[in-house]
Order: sequence, then C-alpha cells, then structure tokens
Amino acid sequence: MKLPPVDYEAPESVPEAVELLAEHQDEASVLAGGQSLIPLLALRLTHPAVLIDINGVDELSGVSADDGWVAIGAMTREYVAEESGTIADAVPLLAAALPLIGHEAIRSRGTVGGSLAHADPAAELPAVARALDAEFVVRGPSGERVIPAAEWFEGFLTTARRPDELLTEVRFPVAGRGTGVSFQEVARRHGDFAIVGLAASLTLSGGAISDARLAFAGLSDVPVRAGDAEDLLVGERPSAELFDEAALRATADIDPPADLHGSADYRKKVAAALVRRGLQAAADDAGERRD
Amino acid sequence: MVDINLRVNGAPCTGSPEARKTLADFLRDDLNLTGTHLGCEHGVCGACTVIVDGRAVRSCLMLAVQAAGSEVTTIEGLAMKGEGEAGGGLGTVQQAMWDSHSFQCGFCTPGMVMQAVAFLNDHPDADEQQIREALSGNICRCTGYESIIDGVLLAAERNRER
Repeated sequence: MKLPPVDYEAPESVPEAVELLAEHQDEASVLAGGQSLIPLLALRLTHPAVLIDINGVDELSGVSADDGWVAIGAMTREYVAEESGTIADAVPLLAAALPLIGHEAIRSRGTVGGSLAHADPAAELPAVARALDAEFVVRGPSGERVIPAAEWFEGFLTTARRPDELLTEVRFPVAGRGTGVSFQEVARRHGDFAIVGLAASLTLSGGAISDARLAFAGLSDVPVRAGDAEDLLVGERPSAELFDEAALRATADIDPPADLHGSADYRKKVAAALVRRGLQAAADDAGERRD
Repeated sequence: MVDINLRVNGAPCTGSPEARKTLADFLRDDLNLTGTHLGCEHGVCGACTVIVDGRAVRSCLMLAVQAAGSEVTTIEGLAMKGEGEAGGGLGTVQQAMWDSHSFQCGFCTPGMVMQAVAFLNDHPDADEQQIREALSGNICRCTGYESIIDGVLLAAERNRER
C-alpha cells in the first residue's frame, strides 16, 4: 500500500531534532534508515502525525574508539559499520552480526541506531547489544541520559527512550584479549529474520573461560540473556560436554513463541543447538585470534 | 509538497513530491520511468531496487524527498549508457542476462539487474556463493534462480575480460 499522509520535518542538528520531538511527543516518528518504519507505514500499522527525518543530521554518523569503548553514531548506516575496521577489530561480535541483517540493499540504508531503537526482538543487533552490555545515549530537552542494554529493551518494539528523546549514540565495550565470537542464526532464507538467533562471546585466559556472554534473538519480546549458562561456563575449560550442559541450562526456562515458521518446541531445540554451535565456534575463534 | 533537485540517470531533474511519496512512485509517476517495478511495496521483494549514490537501495523504502541531492540510476539508465561491446544499447549485465535466458516474465528483472550491477561494481571478483547472497533479497517466481545466477556470473566474467 501507499504511505498515509504525514507531515515531514528534516532537522539538521540534534538540538533541532530534540526540539521537534518535544513539540510533537508521541505523535512523531523518528525516520532514520526507514527500513522498518517505512514498511510499517505502508502496511498502515503505525500512524504518526509527523515524520522527523534525521538523515540530514551529520553529527549522528560515525564510528570512534575511545577509552575501552567503541561509540557508533545512531545514523551510522549498517553497510558503513560492516566496512569499519574499528568495529572489526574492537567489537568482533557486532562485526559478525552486521552482514546477517536483511539484504545488501537494506544495509545500504538501514542504520545501527535505527535497528536498536526499533527493537525487533528477532533482529540481530538487539541480541548483540544485550550480550555485550552496550550503552544507549539519548538526548532530550533536559539533557543526556545513558541507558544500559539491560534496561533499554522493555518489550516488543518498545524501548526505554521517552517520546521526547532521540537516540544519538550506542557504545559497545572493546573486546578483551583472548575473546572469540560467533553469531548463529536459523532463518528460512539468507537475510530473513531469524527463527532463532544467538550472539555468543567467550574470553579465554590460560585455557579457561574468564568471560561468557550469550543472548538470544527471537525467543521472547526482548532479546534474552542466558545468565545461568554464562555462570556455568566461567572458570571452566572449553569442551563439548561443557557446551552440551550450557545448552541445557540456557534453554531450561525459555518459553519461545510459536508461529508458522516453527512451534515453541522446535524453537527450543534450535536454541539449544545454536548454543552448542555458537560456543564451539566462539572457542575456535578465540583460538584463531590468539595464533 | 517538498521541492527537490536530484540527478536521475545522469540528467538533472526537479520535483515537488508529497512527503509520503516513495522514490519508487516518484520515478514511475512523476518522471515516467516505469522500468522500476513495484511488487510488494514494503521492502520484501526487491523488484524496485535502484542505485542511489552508488549503493543498491529499495526505492519503495526511501522517500522521494530523501533523494534530494542524490544521483539515482534506474534500469533505464543502464540501457542509455550502452556500456561495453554488448551492442543493442544494453549494459553488460543486461546483455549477459539476455544471453543466459535469465528471465521469464520480466517482473523482477529491473530489481535483479540493478542489484547485480551495484554488487559487481563493488565486488568484481565475486564468486557464485557471494552472488547468490547478494541477490537473496530479490524474489523471482518464474525461474528457480539458476539462470539468473548464470547471467550474473557471465557478466562478471565479461567485466573482468574488458
């Protein structure tokens, strides 16, 4: 279908965008890459009175590394992040997930901040942000707030951003030495939303796991961290038996949704398989990076 | 209405689309460039793919007003260029796909071709697997894709020989 009639604003700075958001509040939708918002408009699933298009706000694009964090401007396009050497070196889990988002043409327009603000629970970037404890920087009329990933995702397509706030930047911690990563997903077709996805990161020191991070996409209305499995892994040496046990723990309490792509039981089995595969791949990756 | 200036297939053009008008509708309705096809109109089928500032994008997922100041290439722009020795005014990818009998009904053709052109520009040495992934967002309901992949592989080979 065609998009419904809508007013249009194109601010050129963050203060200008924040002012417009303060004026229109939840009557406004922020238009970043548009790869999720424009379909929602075309399907008439959302009816904002005004679109605030932030594509002209240059200060929102860019990748920089500083003090143990990599800061990614909210309007940084996914293909730009995919080609970023800084992200490849410092946030390898993000680098592993980026090529799996949508298709070539989607990543030409889609943005890192847009995907995270849209907060589709089946998408790749929310799982990565949750696994790595990313930080979300928002700007509102009363200034800046920093929101941890654990609090950012509140529900289906719902975040802690208030209607008068703009997501300006997302910060990912730089991966420690000895870290290996893997992003696993099962989808009907390359580029489709995952039936189940898993962001996995393991840090090895002296042959033992010193840090383990697992977050699922597609199992709930928000990305889900597998804390029990992470606790099991830390302090142990990587082995197939350990990863089998971690898969059981990670999926013991999950209650995935059922739809035409798979039953709840199927999703649970896939999730367990992805934990085994993801942990093995992350352990192998850690070994390769050390060599 | 918002006034915009852009370049389409190398020529400057102006327009005053409504904010809600997609680039696809602007190209088809305002500029009469009906080679760009609209299938799903919500970013799933890839038929409306065009090249904006060197990158393949879905013209149904971009507003016309967002193309202000951009260089847009549509399927019509390839034939106009008539690059290579392909003859008949077709571009290299178009001619290779013709020679490979890539398509049947033709509906997905402009999107497939534009995606292939953009991808081969950036990845001249792409192998079959990379080409399959690059085209995975473009749906064809006739061919089963094999003939399309053959065409893009042939175009890549001809590009390299030039």
